[in-house]
Amino acid sequence: MTLDKNARLGLLLATPTTLYVLLLIAAPVGMTIAYSFWTQEFVDVTRDFTWANYREVFADPLYRTLIFRSVRIAAMVTLLTVLLAYPVAYHIAFNVKKNKAMWLFLVTIPFWTSYLLRVFSWKLILAQNGVVNSALLWLGVIDTPIDTLLYNSEAVVVTLAHAWAPFAILPIFVSLEKIDRSYLEAAKDLGEGPVRSFLRVTLPLSIPGIIGASMIIFIPTVGDYVTPALVGGSDGAMVANMIQVQFGKANNWPLGAALALSAVVCVTGAACLLVLGLKLIERSLK
Amino acid sequence: MDHKIAVNIANVSKSFGSFRAVRNVNLQLKEGEFFSLLGPSGCGKSTLLRMIAGFEEPSEGTISIGGLPMAGIDANHRPTNMVFQSYAIFPHLNVEENIIFGLARSGLSRSEKRARAEDMLAKVGLEGLGRRSAHELSGGQRQRVALARALVLEPKVLLLDEPMSALDKKLREQMQMELRALQRSVGITFLMVTHDQHEAMTISDRCGVMFEGKLAQVATPHELYQKPNTKQVADFIGGMNFFDGSIKANGGTRLEVELPRFGQLSVDAHGVSDGIGAAVTIGLRPERVHIGSERPEGADVAVPARVIDRAFYGETIHYYLELEGRTDPLIASVTNFERADHFEIGDAVWSGFRGGAAVALPKK
Repeated sequence: MTLDKNARLGLLLATPTTLYVLLLIAAPVGMTIAYSFWTQEFVDVTRDFTWANYREVFADPLYRTLIFRSVRIAAMVTLLTVLLAYPVAYHIAFNVKKNKAMWLFLVTIPFWTSYLLRVFSWKLILAQNGVVNSALLWLGVIDTPIDTLLYNSEAVVVTLAHAWAPFAILPIFVSLEKIDRSYLEAAKDLGEGPVRSFLRVTLPLSIPGIIGASMIIFIPTVGDYVTPALVGGSDGAMVANMIQVQFGKANNWPLGAALALSAVVCVTGAACLLVLGLKLIERSLK
Repeated sequence: MDHKIAVNIANVSKSFGSFRAVRNVNLQLKEGEFFSLLGPSGCGKSTLLRMIAGFEEPSEGTISIGGLPMAGIDANHRPTNMVFQSYAIFPHLNVEENIIFGLARSGLSRSEKRARAEDMLAKVGLEGLGRRSAHELSGGQRQRVALARALVLEPKVLLLDEPMSALDKKLREQMQMELRALQRSVGITFLMVTHDQHEAMTISDRCGVMFEGKLAQVATPHELYQKPNTKQVADFIGGMNFFDGSIKANGGTRLEVELPRFGQLSVDAHGVSDGIGAAVTIGLRPERVHIGSERPEGADVAVPARVIDRAFYGETIHYYLELEGRTDPLIASVTNFERADHFEIGDAVWSGFRGGAAVALPKK
């Protein structure tokens, strides 16, 4: 096969990326798939094809609970983050006339602190002698510190929603910024007040941004393991924590791999349902 | 025809900071007329339109629609609807959904709304395209949908903001005629903003010409063309030759004017009330200038001239004539008749005109 100069140059330029993707994504995924059909025999792995790992994942209520809880927590994080991010994005897109760039810059400031430190700071805020309890005690709202703020799934939801907010604000901002202002004037001209103009024009036209934001948050959140490990306790543990246990202490890589792939399938299904749901909302707004 | 007032604009001004976009405009639109606001970009015509629609509030003055003052009434509660320059067809809705958008709180049933939409689609020539999605429409179709969407609400006044600017020339001419026919059939007052004087003249019953926020003249297209009030209006509405002269006698409707080198002639006074000896500017349309190799017969005044340039437009030919003692060339537009005389650059010719063809310009 002969290639012209441009094609060869293109191939050359694409090669490092392609190799990188093959080595760091395709290969690990392939290995995970392979492992999930093998069996752990003490320290060795038996390479005979088996469905046993998947049977265990679906039969054991513990794993099922963890997967469902992860999806539920991720869905709640997504909902909360989008609800909190939308007004901010709306404000920057419609109300800020000058210095939009500065506002967007401010939105990214939380990223200046590492993810781990941000999660850790929530631990300080929600702890028994943390910021929230101290403040409430000082105000006299409570007599004894509330000890249920930390180490549960709600703490995980709050922490993750904070961590992911900028990721939600940016795509929603872009979709709102793109809306031609004459559509809003047209809606007003055709007799609609601000609330109904928003529901009938602005919101449906920003659905692509909401879908983007939801996917960006939902998919990685299902598999998050730092936050549940730090603020989740046993009540807030998610599937990623169990996968880590299987690859670590429990030393059962095949089961861990099967668990990971089952989670991926569930996430894909849930993400599709999420998009479908948002599309239905878009339709009902017509 | 009954001449009730649809829109009354009284002493309206609008300032944006220190910039005065609209200055003390007084204008009355009659019910059922097609009115065009004409002027160069930035003259305040769109601001005036937006004040009528309710998107801007006047800084001074009042706007009444159908006898009701509109101060403090938001755009969504005004009996006006607008065809936007960009058409603003909602991209997430199909044609029919766009058209019935404004009927949401009309109390009509779904089937009644659809019937109205069908009716409007037929009126604007888009039968059967109700299911089309917005991005499948051509420029002309978008304009028709925008018209249907606004007209289905039966506004007292339909406002059109440069509705033809996004269309190519051929389609624009076709849409102008259709718009005129549509306006006649629905009988609603149309107020169109445009910078294209041909467009305004072709479709309007009356036009208002605006410069720098002020309404310079309001008249029928014919009047505007034949009797412009100022040099600025005359220049904006087609080309015009100007002559400076002095008044020899003022008979009220007719003016005896002495033009240097041409001599004395009688022109339409057009409201000029100055007395003998006052300076006056006379306007003469290029097609009223006669040229020929002999002294033109029937011309009240005539002088020799020389052709210095020529522009061929197909149906007409423009000759640029150099006259002794005149800095601006005299422009003569000659219809390209079968037996018309043709002249070359450098030819010596005669140019002349009749007093009845010229008009005095009352204002500076």
